Amino acid sequence: MAELDQKTQLRLWRDMVLIRAFETRLQTLFRAGRVPGLTHLCTGQEAVAAGTCAALAEHDMIASSHRGHGHTLARGTPPGPVMAEILGRATGLCGGRVGSMHLFDAERGNLGTNGIVGGGVPLAVGAGLAARAAGDGRVAAAFFGDGALNQGVVLECVNMAVIWTLPVLMVCEHNGYGEFTASDEVTAGDIRDRLAAYDLPVEDIDGMDASVVFETAARAVARARAGKGPTAILARAWRFSGHHAGDAQDYKDDAETKAWRARDPIERLRARLEADGVPAADLDAIEAEAGARVAKAARDALAAREPDSAQLLQGVYA
Amino acid sequence: MTGATTFRDAVRDALAEEMDRDPRVILIGEDVGPAGGVFQQTQGLYDRFGPVRVIDTPISEAGFVGIAIGAAMAGMRPVVEVMFGDFLTLGLDQIVNQAAKVHWMSGGQFRVPLVIRSAVGVGGATGPQHSQSFHAWVAHVPGLKVVYPSGPADAKALFKAAVRDDNPVIFFEDRMSYGAKAPVGGPEDVARLGESAVRRQGSDIALIGIGRMTALALEAADRLADDGISAEVVDVRSLRPLDVEGLTAALRRTHRALVLDPAPRAYGAGAEIAATLQESAFDWLDAPVGRLGMSEGPVPFAPALERLVLPDATRIVQGARELIGR
Repeated sequence: MAELDQKTQLRLWRDMVLIRAFETRLQTLFRAGRVPGLTHLCTGQEAVAAGTCAALAEHDMIASSHRGHGHTLARGTPPGPVMAEILGRATGLCGGRVGSMHLFDAERGNLGTNGIVGGGVPLAVGAGLAARAAGDGRVAAAFFGDGALNQGVVLECVNMAVIWTLPVLMVCEHNGYGEFTASDEVTAGDIRDRLAAYDLPVEDIDGMDASVVFETAARAVARARAGKGPTAILARAWRFSGHHAGDAQDYKDDAETKAWRARDPIERLRARLEADGVPAADLDAIEAEAGARVAKAARDALAAREPDSAQLLQGVYA
Repeated sequence: MTGATTFRDAVRDALAEEMDRDPRVILIGEDVGPAGGVFQQTQGLYDRFGPVRVIDTPISEAGFVGIAIGAAMAGMRPVVEVMFGDFLTLGLDQIVNQAAKVHWMSGGQFRVPLVIRSAVGVGGATGPQHSQSFHAWVAHVPGLKVVYPSGPADAKALFKAAVRDDNPVIFFEDRMSYGAKAPVGGPEDVARLGESAVRRQGSDIALIGIGRMTALALEAADRLADDGISAEVVDVRSLRPLDVEGLTAALRRTHRALVLDPAPRAYGAGAEIAATLQESAFDWLDAPVGRLGMSEGPVPFAPALERLVLPDATRIVQGARELIGR
């Protein structure tokens, strides 16, 4: 397989680095008690977000999960409004009323992160149905975890995406856990077979390699846009963080942690870029820029006001 | 006004007119396509609009209701049919946790211009899992609108309003009324959601009916008139938003009210209407607001028992007399 062009690789790396900086900062803010409620970080899973979103066109759509900061940022939403939303400030992406699990960005075709496991899947498949009805060539990507493959409605939607030949990517971020329980303890059969049973192509890939994710997603997008229907991408990844930011992760063993950390998608792609002659200083500069953007987003969010009482009931009805 | 049309055809015609008018209106449901609907309620639509706009689904209510929501967010104006109202339970997570909240959650970035239509009601010996009406459940959810027409003209005009509304609307159709015939409006006769209607003027008591109960209320009103009691009959039509002003005006005219709900009394729509009326018109009340509803148990399929489940005109007359006697 020919190696991905450097421009794309750099874009992927830049996107991942931003997500990592954002999630790392958020973890710190959470520990300092600055984040209301719960938040679910995607540290370690950046390659799936960056790789998939880089393969989508501007007018395409995504629907995400409760672990969706990465998808949201990779789609191009600036870190400022995202951070402000997660911190419950009026300058937030959705006015600060809903937080981490309800990040919507209509301008970027983001049908939202979602507080119901598997909740984004029907929405993305529905968006695919709309694209087919409108004949506008749009594609929709659903992000969900392996835990969601035990939610009946997700499988109903895989079925319907296939029978109606919808332009959809079903992107399963298979990190081996459904909250605090290893998914293979509660999942009968093989997850790949479960998807393959619906007669759609299932791409079982290394979700810790952004280039592989990108190429796979690009193929699936082309397929969808050509009217050939949905593809499932089973991206095997691993979350460095807990289920939520306060999770002590007692259920992960040390050997497992060490093995997966060695496959950090950011470090791996960095090594490849440097091997291909990209100066370390350039990469450092990208990291510094991400750090600065995130720092500014955090500063601005912490200084912003909270939503006021007039906003409690605004927009219950259109 | 066009000629007499059945309730069933009135909704079908409303849907056809709206699909003609706006290419974003699509129909999704079980057996809605070539089969024309299990109650023949979508006959001819597939031939007219084709498979891209009239979509037969597998038996996956949660999935296809959710898909309809996503399609609505992405620019379509879907009408989803849930075959029996009892099956709304299967799609409730989608309806309550997604559809009802998306506009608010997204800060207005996304709308959900969706209609969920469903056939409800007791009759035909369909049994405990095919006879319920969950209008109170969905009316309890901010973000949803709930419509319950009582006759063909309303069915048509309210359905068109529901399709044109940018919010998720649950549209209840009493299937035992499907055969009722009456003149209906034309393509631009579009009702306003949130309005009740006075079907018969009166001065001694307001019989407030939901759906099929309105016709029974009119029957009861005739019988009460024979005894010199002047009963007003109000058709609720819209449960959310509820026409508080209209219902309150009826109470001010009559000073007594009896709510008739084709669902169990406890925690039902009648409870909401009664509470609202005693708040808005306490000083005009000469008696507590009464409520009649369905029996407080599952609906039997056995015809001998099924006919006991809903209040009939006799029960309504009795209920009215009890309130007037106070």
